[in-house]
Amino acid sequence: MSEVRYTDQHEWVRVDGDTATVGITKFAAEQLGDVVFVEVPEAGRKVNAGGEAAVVESVKAASEVYAPVGGEVTEGNAALADDPAKVNADPEGDAWFFKMKLADSGEFAKLMTRAQYDEFVKGL
Amino acid sequence: MTDTTLRKTPLHALHMELGAKMVEFAGYDMPVQYPTGVLKEHLHTREKAGLFDVSHMGQAFLAGADPAKALERVTPADVIGLKSGMQRYGLLLNDAGTIKDDFMFTKLDGEADMYIVVNAGTKEGDYAYIADKLKGEATVTTRFDRALLALQGPMAGRVLERLSPGIDKLTFMHVVRADVAGCPAIVSRSGYTGEDGFEISLEGKDGERVARALLAESEVLPIGLGARDSLRLEAGLCLYGHDIDECVNPAEATLMWSIGKRRKTDKDFAGADKIVGHPPAKKRVGILPIGKAPAREHTQIADKSGRVIGEITSGGFGPSLNAPIAMGYVETAFAADGTEIDLIVRGKPMPARVAPMPFVAHRYKRAS
Repeated sequence: MSEVRYTDQHEWVRVDGDTATVGITKFAAEQLGDVVFVEVPEAGRKVNAGGEAAVVESVKAASEVYAPVGGEVTEGNAALADDPAKVNADPEGDAWFFKMKLADSGEFAKLMTRAQYDEFVKGL
Repeated sequence: MTDTTLRKTPLHALHMELGAKMVEFAGYDMPVQYPTGVLKEHLHTREKAGLFDVSHMGQAFLAGADPAKALERVTPADVIGLKSGMQRYGLLLNDAGTIKDDFMFTKLDGEADMYIVVNAGTKEGDYAYIADKLKGEATVTTRFDRALLALQGPMAGRVLERLSPGIDKLTFMHVVRADVAGCPAIVSRSGYTGEDGFEISLEGKDGERVARALLAESEVLPIGLGARDSLRLEAGLCLYGHDIDECVNPAEATLMWSIGKRRKTDKDFAGADKIVGHPPAKKRVGILPIGKAPAREHTQIADKSGRVIGEITSGGFGPSLNAPIAMGYVETAFAADGTEIDLIVRGKPMPARVAPMPFVAHRYKRAS
């Protein structure tokens, strides 16, 4: 059974067992506008919770994507590099950025639930 | 959301109605994009016609016994030689001969006063400077209350012809007074996208009416500052405060073409001795990253041995090229087209090369 949580940097992370899948939220994609470049991490890279893990750029601006939780990257979504517009089309589905092996499930539990994240976005 | 401390153009209510995303720019609350989005707005302008609100720019009139002669005190452009009914690009120089601003100046047919448009962010300072330098010779009347619309794109001519019959006969850099949708306007065949198009100066109260009339034409979409920036960068045009400022002179900025021949011969402008006949130590160049990653403003430029040789001043993604593009300054030894360089993006060298500008060919409607 999977569960999705959210960060105040507008990443989402879905956990199935000890595998976490990370992307950016629809809100983040809308704020960025047309995405033209994505750089995802290579498998094997170790990331810390809150550390820089990927890059997403729109016509106008570049943004970092942070790892919501710590662990080892198992796969970057190569399809995004070829078709960055996917991030605007399906940010919380097909356009996941990377998958990783979750090091500490306690970090995941500290993140926002959907209801908490929606509330957070409303306050921005 | 609107910040009430920001200034508003005469088209502000229309931007809100059109669902624009507003940002602060030069003290104004301006549309950065509409629901169409930057990418599509950019491509639409290159394909059809886009309407831009540039009312934040600084319009003014210069009056005096010989305003053209007076204006040459602050610009190295050939103002005296400009023909009536025409417009020209010029640089506003400070006493040190570096670039205080860039601007357009116009001689309207049969009118003594010159019409001038400077950049939004610098307009107060520019006109105070010009008024001071030209004291006793010419007086400045600012018209920041006027609206300024830009209609840009290959279909701009046919669209404006419907609202102002005969206007399509105007060629690049020519200017006339004409009625547009029944409103008195100063219309120039010019713009800042590299495309054919017009800039339309109107009484503030007429701005929204004319904008609505243009938007009612099927070819026209409203375009925000986001696409304006990517369009001008593809066209190789400078953004003041980024690509040119008071830290560079016209030679370094590769804008010597804007200096009149007579002025170069006479060397009668600020800093002339330093730049006429002296190659600059650094130069503004076009840069094409070889990968897909855009290199943004302030990205360092290095030679292949890793030594820093310059900096990006404008960089992003060129929607018409579907590739990253940039401009910046490099040491003159590295300024030749094709020179291989590295851009230091997120700490890593990314290969790039110096490339000729414009990146997208200009499509002005020249007289020829």
